[in-house]
Amino acid sequence: MTDNVEAVKKISPFLLVVILVFFALSLVALFLAVESLIEQSGTLNSYSFLLIGFFGLAISIYMLLQTRGKPMHVTLELPRVITTLECPKCDFKNVRDFQRDDYIFKETGSCQKCNETMKITAIYREAKKNES
Amino acid sequence: MLLPIAAMLLGGNDIIGWIMQIVFLGFFVVFMFYGQRFQMMIMLREVETHLRRLKLIRDDGRKKAMETIKEIGKPVGDPTERLDQFLEYIAITPQSMDPSGIVWKLEHVLDVRDVRFKDEVKLMAPEADETQINNLENTLEAAMALNMIYKVIRHFYLLGKKTLSLYIIMQIQMVLPLIMKQAEAYAQALRAFSVGQPIGDGAGALVAAKLMQGHKTREIARDVVAAEVPIEGRTAYVLKAKGPGGNVGKPGDGIRKIIEEKKGKISTIIMIDAALKLEGEKPGEIAEGVGAAIGGPGVEQFKIEDAILKNKIPVNAIIVKQDIGDAVSPMRKEIFDAADPVIERIKRLILERTKKGDIVIIAGIGNTIGIGQ
Repeated sequence: MTDNVEAVKKISPFLLVVILVFFALSLVALFLAVESLIEQSGTLNSYSFLLIGFFGLAISIYMLLQTRGKPMHVTLELPRVITTLECPKCDFKNVRDFQRDDYIFKETGSCQKCNETMKITAIYREAKKNES
Repeated sequence: MLLPIAAMLLGGNDIIGWIMQIVFLGFFVVFMFYGQRFQMMIMLREVETHLRRLKLIRDDGRKKAMETIKEIGKPVGDPTERLDQFLEYIAITPQSMDPSGIVWKLEHVLDVRDVRFKDEVKLMAPEADETQINNLENTLEAAMALNMIYKVIRHFYLLGKKTLSLYIIMQIQMVLPLIMKQAEAYAQALRAFSVGQPIGDGAGALVAAKLMQGHKTREIARDVVAAEVPIEGRTAYVLKAKGPGGNVGKPGDGIRKIIEEKKGKISTIIMIDAALKLEGEKPGEIAEGVGAAIGGPGVEQFKIEDAILKNKIPVNAIIVKQDIGDAVSPMRKEIFDAADPVIERIKRLILERTKKGDIVIIAGIGNTIGIGQ
C-alpha cells in the first residue's frame, strides 16, 4: 500500500541552454568525425572527434533526462499490520488485517467454533526482509 | 589504435592536443579558485532535493491529519485554519538561570500545553471520544514535528544560500540522512496514530497490560492506571498509562502515590521501557540494569528518583531495544514478542531481589496507543 504526493520539479532555463549547447557541439563533433572518416583525411583526428562526440552526446542526454520536469513522488510504504484474535474458551485463533479501533485486549466478535466473545491478543507489523 | 588516440587527447602536437591541454589547464585554474564554490553548489543541490522531499512528507502529513479530523471528528466548519495554527504551536520552556524548582515550572508548562492541545483537538473534532481525542492529539503532534523539521532544514538551506557559507551548508548536509530517517519515522507514526495502532514505544505498556490482565484496575494518577497483581507470593502494583488512546500518562505521580499509600514499604521498583538501540543490535533485544527507565523531558524521571531516594527503594530497569523508526511506527513483531521474555525476567528479578509477602512496583512506561488494560 503506497500513497503518492505529486509536485512539479522546476527546470533551470540556464541549465537547459547549457545542455542544448553541449548537445549541439557534440552533434557537430560527430558530423566532423563522420565527414573526416568518409573523406579518409586525418584518420586520427576523426576518431578523437568521434570519441568526443559520443561522450558529449551521452552526457547531454543523461543531463536532459535528469532535469526534465518529471513529477516527484513521496512514497511512504505502509507496513502490513496484523491483528490476532483469540477465543479464551477454545483457543481458536483468527488472524486478520488491522482495522481502525482495534486495540490489544479489546473484546470483539464471536468465536466461529464456540460463539464465545473473542479477544484481540496481538497487533504487530511484519518487518520487511531488508529491515534490520 | 587506442594508444595514439590517448596520446593525442593528453597532449599531442596537433589542434586536438592543444585544445585538451587548454581545457585541462582551464579546469585546474577554475577548480583552484572556485573548487569550494562548486562543492557548495553540489551540497546545496543535495539539501534542496531533500528539502523538496521533506516538504512533500510534511504536506502529506498535514493532509492525512486533516482527513482523520474530518473522518473522526465530523467538524461543522472547515478546520483547515485551526489546524494550520495548531501546527505552528509553540511551548516556551522555563528560564533556567536559577535552576531551583525548574522541574515543577516545566511540569506546569507541559500540563498547560497538554490541556490546550486537548481543547484544540476537541474544538476541531467535536464528535471524537476520549480515545480518539488522544489519538488525534498524537497525530497532530507528529504533523507538528514534520512541520518543524521541514522549517529548520529550510532555514539552514536559505541561510547557507544567502551567506554562501560552506560550513552552514556542510553541517546541515552531514546530518541530513539522520534527519530524513527521523522525518520518515514521524510520517509512519502519523499514520499509526491516525488509526490507533500500537507503536514500538509501547513495549513497556504492553508488558504491564499483560501482567494486569484479569485484575481490577483503578486510575491512580492522571492518565495512569494501576492493578494489584499477586506474583510469586509477592504483591505487585502494576501500572501503565491509560489506554487504548495515545497516552504516556504521569507514571511519576503514580509511583509516588503507591509509595505514599504503602508508607514507603516497597521492596523494589521494576521499570520497563523502550530504549534506542545501537546500530548492529537487534530490535526487540532485552537488557537489564538499574535506574529509572523513562524518557521524555525529565519531569517524570525526576519525580520517581526523588520518591525512591526518600525511601531508599532500589529501582531496576528492563529495556526493549529498538531504533527511532521502530519506536514511533507500528509495533514490530520482534518487539511484540519481547513482552513474554520481559515478564520472565521480571519474575526472576522478583524472586532474586525480594522475599515472600513483599510489595513491589512494576511500571510499564511508554505510549499506550492501541493497548488496552
